[in-house]
Amino acid sequence: MLKAIKTLAVIVSLGVAGPALAAGGVEIPKRDWSFQGLFGTYDRAAMQRGLQIYQESCAGCHSIRLIYYRNLADLGYTAEQIKAFAAENEVEDGPNDEGEMYMRPAVASDRFIKPFPNDNAARAGNNGALPPDLSLMVEARVGGPNYLYAVLTGYGEPPAGTEVMDGMSYNKYFPGHQIAMPPPLSEDGVEFADGTKATVEQQAKDITTFLAWASEPNMEARKSMGLKVMLFLLVFTGLLIAVKRRIWADVH
Amino acid sequence: MSTGSQWKNPVIRWVDDRLPIFTYMDHEYQQFPMPRNLNYFWNFGALASIVLVVMVVTGVMLAMQYTPHVDYAFDSVERIRRDVNYGWLLQYIHMNGGSMFFIVVYIHMFRGLYYGSYKAPRELLWMLGVVILLLMMATAFMGYVLPWGQMSYWGATVITNLFSAIPLVGDWIVTLLWGGFSVDNATLNRFYSLHYLMPFVLFAVVGLHVVALHVSKSNNPDGIEMKGPQDSVPFHPYFTAKDSVGVGVFLLFFAFFVFYAPNFFGEPDNYIEANPLQTPSHIVPEWYFLPFYAILRSVTIDILFIPAKLMGVLLMFGSILILFILPWLDTARVRSAKYRPIYKYIFWIFFVDCIALGWVGSQPAEGTALIIGQVATVYYFAHFLLVMPILGKIETPLPLPSSIAEPVTGGGGGASAGAAAAKMEKP
Repeated sequence: MLKAIKTLAVIVSLGVAGPALAAGGVEIPKRDWSFQGLFGTYDRAAMQRGLQIYQESCAGCHSIRLIYYRNLADLGYTAEQIKAFAAENEVEDGPNDEGEMYMRPAVASDRFIKPFPNDNAARAGNNGALPPDLSLMVEARVGGPNYLYAVLTGYGEPPAGTEVMDGMSYNKYFPGHQIAMPPPLSEDGVEFADGTKATVEQQAKDITTFLAWASEPNMEARKSMGLKVMLFLLVFTGLLIAVKRRIWADVH
Repeated sequence: MSTGSQWKNPVIRWVDDRLPIFTYMDHEYQQFPMPRNLNYFWNFGALASIVLVVMVVTGVMLAMQYTPHVDYAFDSVERIRRDVNYGWLLQYIHMNGGSMFFIVVYIHMFRGLYYGSYKAPRELLWMLGVVILLLMMATAFMGYVLPWGQMSYWGATVITNLFSAIPLVGDWIVTLLWGGFSVDNATLNRFYSLHYLMPFVLFAVVGLHVVALHVSKSNNPDGIEMKGPQDSVPFHPYFTAKDSVGVGVFLLFFAFFVFYAPNFFGEPDNYIEANPLQTPSHIVPEWYFLPFYAILRSVTIDILFIPAKLMGVLLMFGSILILFILPWLDTARVRSAKYRPIYKYIFWIFFVDCIALGWVGSQPAEGTALIIGQVATVYYFAHFLLVMPILGKIETPLPLPSSIAEPVTGGGGGASAGAAAAKMEKP
């Protein structure tokens, strides 16, 4: 069995794993996240700040279409707060009795409103580039949260000899090093209610935490159930081994 | 010959006299003789059947929430992951269950290769196993298309396009697979339908596999037949207990991935919705297809009148089909590698060859990886077509024990072992 498991580990590691490298072979630095590890959970305060950053710095271009306002309960907001938060946005509804579509304030069961009605409008408003939806951004990229953090903090002057096309920015970690998104975060670009200093690094960390949650809102339920399942299986397997030994005692 | 006397309960006796399911179960799963010397590698058949059941149960429940339409498939899977009660659990179990199925079955197959379980009289048992592998591959491939992510779409495009290499009927087959002129809604619909159908076909073939097993009985690490009650133990309680240990350990392994590394076997690209206008930079199949993918891409030049693409396709399918004739390619007189001093090492070389092919399959087909892939492909076929037939002729097997019980009880001697080996020659 042990041999088999070791063998598996080899197959698996050869087959799928590999260091997360951005194009050009730049290794993405690993960082510590509140949600990593067997007992990791999402840092509520970071998520709330992340939501604020999303609203103020990202939502102008990026949708987050898989998230409903009601999901914000996960961030620690009350039903009343969510209701008020949702109501700040207008959504189209209808048709009404006259057959007309109409606008109404969003409610908790609505999805986050999108900045553009469709992809073409999004391209038209962004110099031809399509800002991707952020709902699964952390799971959809090799390197996950580390990659996202690296890209958000990887802006800078291009090294001598590198041409950056018109309307593009140089980014150390983005594949190809040319990214259509201008640097989205700036020093003190947002003002946090909890008094946290809004450095670019702090914002990158917070928005990444928020988007990690958006990618997998059920992660905490998964890990807490996993703990119970693993403990149960450990005890159960121990009993099964004891039973097997007892039964086979007269054969060996 | 009424079996009535065996069952005291009148209801059971009434049923059993008319439909002997109780007698059958008693005979096949209680009294059934198992070699007493099986090691834990003999757990993997039982594990595979458990994974199959897990896959069917979770799959049926996922199907209640999934929408097979190009516009809704991706979002319906996300809805399962986010909003359906325990949907994330079902989806992660099913998604990782596919990988678990292949892990278990590959170990099961390598065990068969090591201990010569495919040799007479178990040729049909082995061949049914190869049919099971092919059905699993088809099912897994179509299942991977259903979430309609980027890898789903582009994997489907690459693999279905392979069939176009077949002369004359190739394009017709591809159109039939697609249900149109590209991978689209019709493709997703038929793949969904077939993905739901295939496991039941799989069940039927697994049934035949088990029937064949119960005729020839299990092989064992010594590769010699059971000669009497001293060599065997009844299936229950001995192997119900031993298989349960395997199940416990396996479930720990399975649960670890489901709960703590659910995306370990997956590709991040599949969390991006399928986009026919944007090809991912590096298309890779699921890990369990990588060795075959490497073989497919190993042919880079046309050989005589056969185009490279067709040759790659032929080799890829050939790499599995060749397993069907393995029982006749292997000319050795003894089954188990334990008594084959050279094959014991050849087996591990072949194993490493398969791992190497898997690694090559995960890399872009260029440079060193391509060359390693070509060498490994040639060796893969040479193993079956040259090494196995020749080795059986030239290798002198070690003396076999006279019976399974012998090494256990310490009785018997080396003198009779040669005779036992000779008896094995042509059963």
